[in-house]
Amino acid sequence: MGEQQAIGRSLPRLDGPAKARGEAVYAGDLNLPGMLCGKILTSYLPHARIRRIDTSAAVRVPGMKAAVTGQDTLGLGCGPTRFREKSLDFLPLARDKVRYIGDAVAAVAAVDEDAASAALEQIKVEWEELPAVFTPEEAMQPGAPLVHENMPGNISRRIVLEGGDIEAGFRQAYHIREDIFNTSSDSHVPLEPHTCVAKYDPPGYFTLWTSTQVPYMVKSDLARLLGVPENQVRVILPFVGGGFGGKSDGVFSLDLCAALLAQKTGRPVRIAYSREEEFICTRRRHPMQIYLKTGVNRQGEITARQARVIADGGAYSGWGHASIYLAGLFLCLPYRYGAYHYEGLRVYTNNPVSSAMRGHCAPQVQFAGDVQLDMLAEDLGIDPVEIRLRNALEDGEVTAAGFKIGTCGLKECIRKAAERSGWYTRRASLPPGRGVGIGCAGFPSGQGFRLRPDIPAYTTAVTRVNEDGSVTLLCGAADTGQGSDTVMVQIAAQELGVRPQDIRYVRADSDITPADLGNYSSRETVFAGNAVKEAAARVKEKLLAFIADEWQVPEESLEIAGGEITCASAPDKRISFAQAARGWQEKHQGKPLVGEGTYDPPDKKFYEAYSFGAQVAEVEVDKETGQVKVVNVVSAHDAGRVINPMAVEGQLEGSVHMGLGFALSEEMVVRQGRVLNPALVDYAIPVAADMPEVECVHLEVEDPAGPFGAKECGEGTVGPTAPAIANALYQATGRRFLNLPITPFQIVKGGDGQ
Amino acid sequence: MSKILVELQVNGESHELAIEPHRTLLEVLRENLGLTGAKEACDLGECGVCMVLMGGKPVLSCLVLAADAQGQEIVTIEGLAQGGKPHPLQQAFVEHGAIQCGYCTPGMIMTAKGFLNSHPAPTEEDVRKAIGNNICRCTGYKKIVEAIMDVASQNAVQSGEELAKV
Repeated sequence: MGEQQAIGRSLPRLDGPAKARGEAVYAGDLNLPGMLCGKILTSYLPHARIRRIDTSAAVRVPGMKAAVTGQDTLGLGCGPTRFREKSLDFLPLARDKVRYIGDAVAAVAAVDEDAASAALEQIKVEWEELPAVFTPEEAMQPGAPLVHENMPGNISRRIVLEGGDIEAGFRQAYHIREDIFNTSSDSHVPLEPHTCVAKYDPPGYFTLWTSTQVPYMVKSDLARLLGVPENQVRVILPFVGGGFGGKSDGVFSLDLCAALLAQKTGRPVRIAYSREEEFICTRRRHPMQIYLKTGVNRQGEITARQARVIADGGAYSGWGHASIYLAGLFLCLPYRYGAYHYEGLRVYTNNPVSSAMRGHCAPQVQFAGDVQLDMLAEDLGIDPVEIRLRNALEDGEVTAAGFKIGTCGLKECIRKAAERSGWYTRRASLPPGRGVGIGCAGFPSGQGFRLRPDIPAYTTAVTRVNEDGSVTLLCGAADTGQGSDTVMVQIAAQELGVRPQDIRYVRADSDITPADLGNYSSRETVFAGNAVKEAAARVKEKLLAFIADEWQVPEESLEIAGGEITCASAPDKRISFAQAARGWQEKHQGKPLVGEGTYDPPDKKFYEAYSFGAQVAEVEVDKETGQVKVVNVVSAHDAGRVINPMAVEGQLEGSVHMGLGFALSEEMVVRQGRVLNPALVDYAIPVAADMPEVECVHLEVEDPAGPFGAKECGEGTVGPTAPAIANALYQATGRRFLNLPITPFQIVKGGDGQ
Repeated sequence: MSKILVELQVNGESHELAIEPHRTLLEVLRENLGLTGAKEACDLGECGVCMVLMGGKPVLSCLVLAADAQGQEIVTIEGLAQGGKPHPLQQAFVEHGAIQCGYCTPGMIMTAKGFLNSHPAPTEEDVRKAIGNNICRCTGYKKIVEAIMDVASQNAVQSGEELAKV
């Protein structure tokens, strides 16, 4: 059976050969006949009213073909969280007012980039500068200038979550701590900047190739913004050069501008963000101030935890209405609290827009929660590993915020990470300047909320068996690099008993593939995976029923594996999958043999299948220069049944990389609304030589919610790295670090407490 | 702007082109020659996705003027496979899981190719330094380093066998 298994195998990703040959086509690689180059004029003021835009000089530039401004739009706002009307506050092309340095005010299309740049320079904007707010504190002052006139106090969203009796919880506590943590303004930095090609076909059809995580959201939002029926917008997903949440907000300025310019000129238009625009004009991780008060009993068990989170939302909502809620929910992972109280405030400022980024607020709050747990352990004289084991969630528990946990391998992750890293011996024997630390996290695999009433499906899939017995899998899931295409094929192959190479996967194309909400919330493996499994199962059922009838045997006695159907009660009978499919089609007048699948999570309020992880980091500090070298990281992760071990390792290793940047080096420095370092040379992403040794430990805990027991593995894994490093730095330096990133300057300065 | 005539040798073929003198090698490869394997992501030489070989050495094609590339043998990712067979580096990147989104991959492979040309028996640390100008946001570099080391050790075995034949 071993070789017939399609899952549990390190199958190299299916698009690997094309990517290695340089033949994989990304949006920027498309070259359509007559294609024009589009460029966007952005605001250089953080807050201003647009009095007038004059494009008359611009259109006289040689090679210039068309210009559009907010006056060419319907003036509608959009955003990914369609369930809240107030969150639809982002105008991809500003009309009356700009709210941050980077808001799009006009766009041009010209024969080449030089002409487009020259034309942009000729656009005259008359501004009326408005007073601006740059920190949540300023923004919440009475009488502060309003970023959105209809949002008093600049409060984008306030949310309170309660679980249990918080006063009683603190009364039961033997020891209480209060600390304030600050996390930074991180940028996703996908290597491929947002890029879009739009084509217009009269009388009103738009086709977009855009680098997005959410093709169906783009389709739906763009149709609404353009005022056309949804079937007049087709979104095709090219290969996408990374997303990390940064391409999950639906329509960005370039999508709408390219579509409008294509319509105006009748020619295809490509707009590619420069690296600078990618930093400034897209989205970023919410910078947060996290006040945390935690009470523990003598054994170190958390009796009460109270949090107040203030998030700088920037100029628009993005995913923010969900984000500030999620921060409160995710703070309750992966530990058990006797009582919980959370107040979250997302505040508008005239800064770049904050939204979802890998882990979607979990890395910020779990950093605070885990570092404080370490401090509590220290206060009580309990080993950091031990205090985590005492507070770790277990199978079937309900968190203080109401998550119903299915399977939970956290304790085993903690033990494995401690064991593999040699925790007890290393911790006792390391010289000054060296330290080990542990961090833990948990994360759901996709959400059950109906965030988008306009898209009826959570996720759907279709399998079609072709005349020669090969299989085509149509799925709207968006693989932006994480490898879901390959995982979907493995799942379908396993269910159908055929080889992965017999299945052709068709990537998201809104005219062809069935709908999917997109690639966010770590939802593809469990959600799309379940839909694909069902779509394959439907085909299998049809085939088995047909063969059972042909052979006059009970259906239950049939098995489908290794590309053929066999019968337990009649060992001499066997038929290949292809022949069986052909027979079915002949019997059904050549009807296509298709199976449909969908996934509609049972819990509409919360989430599915939680992943858990623990990491132990070892660091070495140069106290003179403040340089930190993370020597190694052991990452033990419960991702459920592992469909593709190599792909999961890729996620774990990549998460350590992103967590390392979050912990030590990455920060978009924003002053007076201006990003001071919108370049890769100034925004310090770790390079190969910065990376520690990373050892991955898979814990195979099958979760009944996932396809074949699988759970997510791409986001929860980012959470443990920063607290593990900060906790290791405590041992190495004797100082606590509560503010991210922990730069050499912070190290030399001596930290933030104790 | 008036154009100049340049002659480029790319992947063993000669191309005569009329281009503006300020066009970079990356622009000409992608736009004039349709070789879109070399990617564009910063245009400032900060990320490495545009790496190609010029005279056997890796160069950031976004920082090289096309006119300055005349007379040099240019090899792009499209020119690496021989006779329809992928280059061992291309094969190793696929098999080791060194590819995720794939946007850094062509530049990473070309950097590795240029490096191995001049350093046939590197240590892992050498490799990590050699790809220091290539950013990958997905993989954490581990599987990339493993793939390059795998090819380096294959090369070592091969050259050992060749030596043994002599």
